[in-house]
Amino acid sequence: MPRLEAAAVPAMSIDGVSHSYGPRRALMDVSFNVQPASFTALLGLNGAGKSTLFSLITRLFGIQSGRVGIFGHDISKSPGEALRLLGVVFQPRTLDLDLSLTQNLLYHAALHGISRREAAARSGELLGRIGLSERAGSKVRDLSGGQMRRLEIARALLHRPRLLLLDEPTVGLDVKARADIISHVRQLVTEQGIGVLWATHLFDEITAGDDLVVLHQGKVLAQGPMSRVITDAGAQDVNTAFMRLTGAQTMPGGGA
Amino acid sequence: MSSITTRDSPRGFSAAEYMTCLTGIVWREGLRFLHQRERFISALVRPLVWLFIFAAGFRQVLGISIIPPYETYILYEVYIAPGLMAMIQLFNGMQSSLSMVYDREMGNMRTLLVSPLPRGFLLFCKLLAGTAVSLLQVYAFLLIAWFWDITPPAIGYLTVLPALILSGLMLGSLGMLISSGIKQLESFAGVMNFVIFPMFFASSALYPLWRVQEGSPYLYYLCQANPFTHAVELIRFAFYGQINWISLAVVAACTIVFMIGAILAYDPSRGLARRGPAGGE
Repeated sequence: MPRLEAAAVPAMSIDGVSHSYGPRRALMDVSFNVQPASFTALLGLNGAGKSTLFSLITRLFGIQSGRVGIFGHDISKSPGEALRLLGVVFQPRTLDLDLSLTQNLLYHAALHGISRREAAARSGELLGRIGLSERAGSKVRDLSGGQMRRLEIARALLHRPRLLLLDEPTVGLDVKARADIISHVRQLVTEQGIGVLWATHLFDEITAGDDLVVLHQGKVLAQGPMSRVITDAGAQDVNTAFMRLTGAQTMPGGGA
Repeated sequence: MSSITTRDSPRGFSAAEYMTCLTGIVWREGLRFLHQRERFISALVRPLVWLFIFAAGFRQVLGISIIPPYETYILYEVYIAPGLMAMIQLFNGMQSSLSMVYDREMGNMRTLLVSPLPRGFLLFCKLLAGTAVSLLQVYAFLLIAWFWDITPPAIGYLTVLPALILSGLMLGSLGMLISSGIKQLESFAGVMNFVIFPMFFASSALYPLWRVQEGSPYLYYLCQANPFTHAVELIRFAFYGQINWISLAVVAACTIVFMIGAILAYDPSRGLARRGPAGGE
């Protein structure tokens, strides 16, 4: 169901993507879009297929069937153009712990072909924005979990992507760090018009204006603006809606 | 859906961007190496143990006749020095490539692979960076070996460089190829037993092949077919300012084959895709 709004090239379009690990089917005919300047929450329990989807979008695995487009660039056919517009924060930490903050950022910039001088300027600016300027020269190992996440987000923004993917970015963080990161990412959406796909199993990270994609056991059960997903499920809140949709007995992180 | 395009026209990548990427990867590998002092020390101690202890003990057992590139009778230490240089590269190649398999490294691998530059190029940069690290290790070894009377003609230190670069690339890409085929790396031991030891012992690193032939013709053919033998001989001749053309051809051909194999294996639609979900519980 292509959306026909004016010049509506979705930031990301996922069309009929399926994936199997041998006999085990991890994703079944998954389709949804992420619009520019929107916050789309990909909601699913552990094992729903979120990480598989991220691995496909970032070309860690090949796409077996279906298509992933980033601003119209097919990830399989023109990966260079697609990846250039994409920033990713993976769930496992992917920083070099023994290198300094600046060194980590410069390495990432080099991987995107950004010249040293330009990279140094952008790194300084981004470190300032996440409030870690004075720590620029210290080893990443000495940062707290929340600071590392902020650094990873800054790193993902270094090449000025227009789409940002985050795979459960708040796992293992305390309440304050979680709130900081969520508000930072929401600012990116409103102030810089970045499209965000935020994978999570924590319902309280989603707010009323968000787009929602509910992924369960490899299938998309519901998608659309959060309010509509809730009404369609005949529920009062995301928590209940999710339970009705999935028949889940537990509410991990629900309403915390 | 074909009508969906973006206004950014695809622009490819400039030579400067490729160069930035290459220097960035080598720079990071160098930094990491400097931070892993244990790795450097063990990379250095291993060949020195062979040189100081094994070679000293073995000296009287094995007589070395005059064979090219040597022009005089040589001590056993002098004979095995090129083999030990190749051993440093063998270990380094296996270690740096296989470390990609570790989970923590898998994370680092991910940051590499989401770079928009062509994946083959990224892996090639990674191999070059690994080779550069192995060069540091080899020259540190040579410095110490010099005090142990491993003294080639001065020019040898220069002429051995291209040989070391080529053999480093060959062994690194072999490691990368192997790493792509391993599902989980519980230990380095499996690779030690099945790759490093057979390659090292069934080669001309520790004994000249004519002596092997006297003992067992089959082992001789096995050694001849071992690319590591040719890496050792390439280094040995280059160390004395000479070129062993056959070894050069074998090492160059193996480098190309292993590298293409590794790049194909890390193609998202092949190698890694066969693996289970990485980091996805």
